[in-house]
Amino acid sequence: MTAPTEATSGGLVRRLGLGRVSLRRIGALGRAELVLLLRNKTAATTALLLPLATVALFATFLTGEGHVSTGALLATSMFGFVLLYVVYYNLVTTYVARREEGVLKRLRTGVVTDAEILVGAAVPALVLTLAQVVLTVVAATVFFDLPVPVNLPLLLVALLAGCVVFVLLAAASSGFTRTVETAQITTMPVLILSMIGSGFTGQVASLPDGIARVFQMLPLTPVLELVRLGWLGTTGAEPPSDFVGVLAQAGRPALVVLLWVAVGVWATRRWFRWDTRR
Amino acid sequence: MNQTMTAGDPRLAPPDGTVVQVTDLRRRYGGSGGFEAVRGVSFSVAQGELFALLGTNGAGKTSTLELVEGLDRPSGGTVRVFGRDPYRDRAAVRPRTGVMLQEGGFPPDLTVAETARMWAGTLPHPQPVERVLELVDLRHRARTQVKQLSGGERRRLDLAMAILGRPDVLFLDEPTTGLDPESRHNTWQLVRALLVDGITVLLTTHYLEEAAELADRLAIMHQGRIVTAGTVAEVVAAHPARINFVLPDGLDPAELPALPGSQPPPANAPSVAAGRLTLYTDTLQPALTTLLGWANGRGLDLIGLDARSASLEEAFLAVAQSGESIRESGESVQEGVR
Repeated sequence: MTAPTEATSGGLVRRLGLGRVSLRRIGALGRAELVLLLRNKTAATTALLLPLATVALFATFLTGEGHVSTGALLATSMFGFVLLYVVYYNLVTTYVARREEGVLKRLRTGVVTDAEILVGAAVPALVLTLAQVVLTVVAATVFFDLPVPVNLPLLLVALLAGCVVFVLLAAASSGFTRTVETAQITTMPVLILSMIGSGFTGQVASLPDGIARVFQMLPLTPVLELVRLGWLGTTGAEPPSDFVGVLAQAGRPALVVLLWVAVGVWATRRWFRWDTRR
Repeated sequence: MNQTMTAGDPRLAPPDGTVVQVTDLRRRYGGSGGFEAVRGVSFSVAQGELFALLGTNGAGKTSTLELVEGLDRPSGGTVRVFGRDPYRDRAAVRPRTGVMLQEGGFPPDLTVAETARMWAGTLPHPQPVERVLELVDLRHRARTQVKQLSGGERRRLDLAMAILGRPDVLFLDEPTTGLDPESRHNTWQLVRALLVDGITVLLTTHYLEEAAELADRLAIMHQGRIVTAGTVAEVVAAHPARINFVLPDGLDPAELPALPGSQPPPANAPSVAAGRLTLYTDTLQPALTTLLGWANGRGLDLIGLDARSASLEEAFLAVAQSGESIRESGESVQEGVR
């Protein structure tokens, strides 16, 4: 073993009460989790195939509208499904499984901090998300002739923020979930609301005003809006903007995402459980 | 008792060599109307010492130990490990502690080696994984998944993980439960070797033999309180020695001579059972001498004569059977331990 590499991520992390964060410790937990994910056929199938299969299904009846082509709609929707299945659903089952096996409690007796345990368990999900996003971008450019992202930093930040939101929501949801099997039920509210609200099944902007405004406040919708702004330069209604132009439109969805991060932190602190029920 | 000092941050070790200090500790489950599992427990463990918490199931041993490990905030009282609060000063205390919970807590689908590598990756200065697996005799099982291990092998894996980070203090919750006798003795040997290296150990057990073998001092818990505590000799000294034999035909126990140090039978213990008479004394040798002299003088043959000093078993059974009455006399012992 080499000397510990402590990456102290300064003020914000400490102010959130997360303490020192060690990438080495997160890596050790993440490697073990990746082995566990690949050994669990159900979980591996969900994480690897479900997003693709869902998008393939949607491809049979979705068509693009306005300034978003069918290919662009499918490609950005793929990001949404990855966030829902690979990050959210997969992590709810992971957190519940580790809690019920006593692994979370055992880890907490050691040097790892609470934040490192949560992030460490999420590493495979985040790695798979990155891999599927890269594959989607490549496939979309080759098969659908999609443009190079208008604002790559915005696209990456949007994906990162989406990961943060859904990791937190997964941690909070695991608190309501007694067993890995019941996760199929406890994850439904977030999954269904996210799907109907995020424009998978049509553009949010084309809905009546009141409903559109509610949908825009759901967790996945602003993430995908930012993704479409970053990649295509538009969420559909307006003609595509340039690198600077999209930033002006990114303000409102970014605010909603930040709100969901705050909700996620609060809900995780409120409901997440380290130990099985006594 | 071994008092070798280990290397460590001197600021963390109080000058008197106290590693664990527990004061009036309380733990309540389920809010103010809930069940109080720990009801005012106090004890301290010195550097290099092995302190055992004994007790029946549900006595509050594990609940107490979990607070010392810093897994939860006490509902009353304080815990100090190396002078720090193990719950609030987690980052300062954890690098120096090794913990073995009552139930493993390792992913069943990982192999032994993968588990050990994962755990080592979270520790600041881990020992080599192979060496630790060798110590607990699990090296040949390195490629076996945890779910395929026997209960005893899982216990040993757990112990290996507890010592992997070179801790200064070990918290072991029933470390040998489920082990066969040979593995149990191997574990004892390993724990003794760790004590020689100056490591401090706090363990819970319901094997009296384990406490008698290993403990420098021990406490017996009952219903959330420490009922009696001290060295094995001190705890046992509070209980009388026993002499028993088959009551000869026609002999009235009242005809027996007064024995030195004679004690009344403990609560619930009949003096004559199944034809055997049991006498209790604080001074076994003079009492036995008097009894045998008297029997020789009368030409009596004391069939099935059995004389034994009190053991931990007597102390333990006395606590388990009559917790209430023992508790009164136990208070003074408890005061002495603080």
